[in-house]
Amino acid sequence: MAQQTSSIIPFYTRLGLTGRQWRGLRKFLTALAYLAPSLFFFLTFVFVPLLNSIKLSLYLTDPIGRPTAFVWFLQYERLFSQESFLNSLARSVQFVLYTVPVTLLVSLVLATLGNLRLKKIAIFRVIFSITIAVSGATASLMFLYLYHPNLGTLNYFLSLLGLPTVKWLISDQTALMSVSLVSVWLQIGLNTVILLAAMQGVPEELYESAMIDGATAWNKFFYITLPFLGSTFFFLLVVDMLASFQTFTPVSVMTKGGPIDSTNLLVYSIYREFYINGKYGFAAAQSIMLFLVMMILTIFQFLFVEKKVSYE
Amino acid sequence: MNTGRSSTRLTLNVLWYIPLILAAIVIVYPIYSMLNISMLGDTEVASYPPKLVPTSFILENFTRALVLAPLGRYLFNSILQSTMVMLGQLVTASLAAYAFAFIEFRFRNLLFLVFLSTLMIPWEATIIPNYLNVRQWGLTDTYWGLALPFMATGFGTFLLRQFYLKIPTELRDAAEIDGCGSLRFLWAVVLPLARPALGTLAVYSFLQTYNQYLWPLLITNDQTMRTVQIGLTLLQSEELLKTNVVAAGVMIILVPTFILFVFSNKQLIRGLTAGAVKG
Repeated sequence: MAQQTSSIIPFYTRLGLTGRQWRGLRKFLTALAYLAPSLFFFLTFVFVPLLNSIKLSLYLTDPIGRPTAFVWFLQYERLFSQESFLNSLARSVQFVLYTVPVTLLVSLVLATLGNLRLKKIAIFRVIFSITIAVSGATASLMFLYLYHPNLGTLNYFLSLLGLPTVKWLISDQTALMSVSLVSVWLQIGLNTVILLAAMQGVPEELYESAMIDGATAWNKFFYITLPFLGSTFFFLLVVDMLASFQTFTPVSVMTKGGPIDSTNLLVYSIYREFYINGKYGFAAAQSIMLFLVMMILTIFQFLFVEKKVSYE
Repeated sequence: MNTGRSSTRLTLNVLWYIPLILAAIVIVYPIYSMLNISMLGDTEVASYPPKLVPTSFILENFTRALVLAPLGRYLFNSILQSTMVMLGQLVTASLAAYAFAFIEFRFRNLLFLVFLSTLMIPWEATIIPNYLNVRQWGLTDTYWGLALPFMATGFGTFLLRQFYLKIPTELRDAAEIDGCGSLRFLWAVVLPLARPALGTLAVYSFLQTYNQYLWPLLITNDQTMRTVQIGLTLLQSEELLKTNVVAAGVMIILVPTFILFVFSNKQLIRGLTAGAVKG
């Protein structure tokens, strides 16, 4: 037996590897084979393009997107000296402030209603989450007709109530708010579903002991349900902020950034600069700025929210 | 005394239906409004005061949307693109998740972080080079151009890995003793067990792709290659279609997603709650 093993020299020793090293290498290569398809797509469509975005943002480009001259941070300097980018940044922040708190508040109300123990409540839960099946484009078309100044039903309802009509998308005073409303409507479904799931995770004993102590429904809501939702709320806050900063579709379908650039949000501005104006380097610099904003938000989530979760 | 209390309780409970129904009406109204417009005739749609309830059921708008728009073709494009992405993601993610869950190899944690980092890179940060590449490769106005960039998924890999980890390692060991290779183990044991997670990923990736807007807008110029979302909104903005036909188009576009929403509600919601990280 011993003679036999010594007579056969495994080929990996000829490569200068011990048995353990060989098994390690073999496992690594096997794993790599399984990861290869994903890695191929990630390299081709995520990592290399990200580096190329950074590269493009440091160059001047010709109208078909080829880098022509290396200019360091000139594009970034341009960004911050140009009215249009500063406007887009401000509008995006304004948009986040319009949409995120309202989305969270409305979803909290809907989830609370949906969490009531009533007959047929399941139907309401389905209705409250229905917007997760609606695309940005179809939602935008729906609201486009609701907002129509003469034929839209929103102004008709306002006039029935004796209220002044609103110019919705036509005026630069109201357009961003109108776009925000579409965004809120679209996000409500997902937010409500997640909050409902979190609410159903509250241990029943907590409510029962509160009931024995004679707690009112309000007390139960404020002292048991809400504290329990804390981490979910932070999670949704970041998710909604990221989604809000990335909003493109409603702007593209309903306003094309207007009137007077009042709805020219960051992603629409990127699209317009490279796809319509052919300013690739300039647009790339904007997309890197967006990337940085989102990076900061994500890190904020990891530092703050993840800690909250483990705390509970 | 007791019955009195429970009956006031009952009326209180019934009162809760008022805010519930009001909220439901407000949420459904935009969809209802579109459905209503889709059934109005050409003159009714431009009349004031607006008609809030259809008086007749006109199917003509739907046939006009499908044939004239031509939404039928757009629908085919969208469903093909979404199916390609779905299948691609199922293959790449189930393979990668297998390596992360069952093979102990060097740099495993590092590579897993690489996969997760793709969730933090917004699509907009890579879109310009991706657009330039796809144009240079001559893939604009092709199904490959629509689908290839989305064939790998950090989220899906993560989702499947979590599920694979629940599979007892004894099964793996037993399979190894039986001389079952790792690919066969994946195919014959792991994938059948992971069916719920695969279903979640399938429904989620299909819906995400079907509802895409920016990417297909960039890389389809040819009328016949447009996806539904792009096709309909462009026709609307070019004012080539009457309002009621556009409305019928919207209702048609919503059919596949509503079918998924109703029949795969559990998978969809599981995917969305897990995938919300992506924003």
